[in-house]
Amino acid sequence: MRVVIEVQELRKAYGSRVAVDGVSFEVYEGEIFGMVGPNGAGKTTTIECIEGLRQPDSGRIRVLGMDPGRQGRALRARIGIQLQEGALSHRLRVEEALWLFTAFYPRPLDPETLLQRLGLAEHRRKAFDQLSGGLKQRLFIALALIGNPEILFLDELTTGLDPHARRAMWDLVQEIRAEGRTVFLTTHYMEEAERLCDRVAIIDRGRLVALDTPENLIRSLGAEQRVIFTRDTAFDPSFLTDLPGVSRVEAIGERVVIYGRGDSLVGRVVEAMAARGMALRDMRVERPTLEDVYLALTGRPMETPGQEILPASNSGRSR
Amino acid sequence: MNAMRALIRLTWIEIRMYLREPVAAFFTFAFAPMMLILFGSIFGNQPNPLYGGRGMVDVSVPAYLGVIIATVGLISAPIGTATAREFKVLKRFRATPLPTWMYMAANILMYYLVTLLGGIALVIVGRWLFHMRFDGNPLWVWAGFTLSTLAFIALGILIAAVVPTARTAQAVGMIAAFSMMALGGAWVPREMLPSSVLQIARWLPLTHVVTMMRGLWAGASPGDHMGDIGFLLVVLIASALLTIRAFRWE
Repeated sequence: MRVVIEVQELRKAYGSRVAVDGVSFEVYEGEIFGMVGPNGAGKTTTIECIEGLRQPDSGRIRVLGMDPGRQGRALRARIGIQLQEGALSHRLRVEEALWLFTAFYPRPLDPETLLQRLGLAEHRRKAFDQLSGGLKQRLFIALALIGNPEILFLDELTTGLDPHARRAMWDLVQEIRAEGRTVFLTTHYMEEAERLCDRVAIIDRGRLVALDTPENLIRSLGAEQRVIFTRDTAFDPSFLTDLPGVSRVEAIGERVVIYGRGDSLVGRVVEAMAARGMALRDMRVERPTLEDVYLALTGRPMETPGQEILPASNSGRSR
Repeated sequence: MNAMRALIRLTWIEIRMYLREPVAAFFTFAFAPMMLILFGSIFGNQPNPLYGGRGMVDVSVPAYLGVIIATVGLISAPIGTATAREFKVLKRFRATPLPTWMYMAANILMYYLVTLLGGIALVIVGRWLFHMRFDGNPLWVWAGFTLSTLAFIALGILIAAVVPTARTAQAVGMIAAFSMMALGGAWVPREMLPSSVLQIARWLPLTHVVTMMRGLWAGASPGDHMGDIGFLLVVLIASALLTIRAFRWE
């Protein structure tokens, strides 16, 4: 696989505060690469050094074979950038923004097609400050795509979006990758990284603490799965303890929780129950998530994203 | 990227954005003509020995050009530039292949063109309503106007470069603009100002704009205003150099 981004020993401090402390990794062509970690972990500094918008204190970066620090403009003709903090003139209309940005790139995409594709066509006459949070993000993606980029950078794309808009963004990112573009994204939502990314780099306090596929990261924890179902109180589930892979069984009131390991755990439980003619009511399986990986690696939970799932405060002005 | 096309398109968009700001548009295109209509209808445009045999309107039009130049340069330009930085608009442009100098060039061109349009509106009102006298060489007047406007835009962008926020840019710009307009003979003809004020006013850039524009308007040659031209050139070059050193994109 071709390496499109190469970062070696990247370091960057703001005064005495070290934001990025010796980070190294590679990104392959055509993958969705995610950098996850809490706010202030160094994600934005890293992505902006790669985009050539910040100068690292030390380290080596190559993007499509170019040095972003020296060949920033040539590089930015081949990549698309969505900034975590970015804005447009508040009276600029959607269609004017696209028309303007096509003039900045050597081989732009057709703005009309992009408007249709991102669901912006019906909002084309709206000014930037009349757009809801979700529409602003769509516009920023449109502006990031207008130059027909080989690599798309998305910094905290879904922060502040409601769950519905977030899911729509995930579909869009997957579509963009299916066109053959590489996607580099940052997020502080572990669920987003797990659902969307081919490979995930976990960053904490400026350091890279893990890098692998979400499945491998979770498997490397060696943590137990839980099979949970509802029983009739007469039913005694203790025989399930004898199944291979099961470590213990808890029965509290109507609820039964089976702890265990291995890919075939669920199948064995279902089989054993069926053999005795028992139905599994309300069954669900809880697997460890990236959240658990983060907790195990850093000793701290990620901050709960609950508050930020609320719809953007300005979404009410969208129509 | 076709550089010329990008520059023209960005300038065109910036002009449209400027025209969509009602306050900026009012002070650029309507305020000076309204002052002229107001004072012209009170005082008329009869020849007056105080103004060397010219009328009030004849000397006010070139002075009011200075009002437009100071308003755009010292109020619109600092607020617009500092706001674009504060709201991360500059950062969004930096994330494209557009060279940063081209962003600056498009903005300077936009401020120059809106000032020119405001000046043309004022001259049309003076001509139609008050039969204003004009004895100058249009080419020299245009050149003097251009030098003055560029010097004030440079000064305004320098203000944006050194202040932390858009609010402070607004405060600094307005104080500078209003004190220069009051003391520099832009609102009140210099013939009516006390000599102590004129002493201070010598050090204000707008005084040199007004003196030069009135002179060129009345038929003086650039050679008669070498002092004013030199002063404004120094303002332009010093502001540009300091801006290049101090400007922050975010």
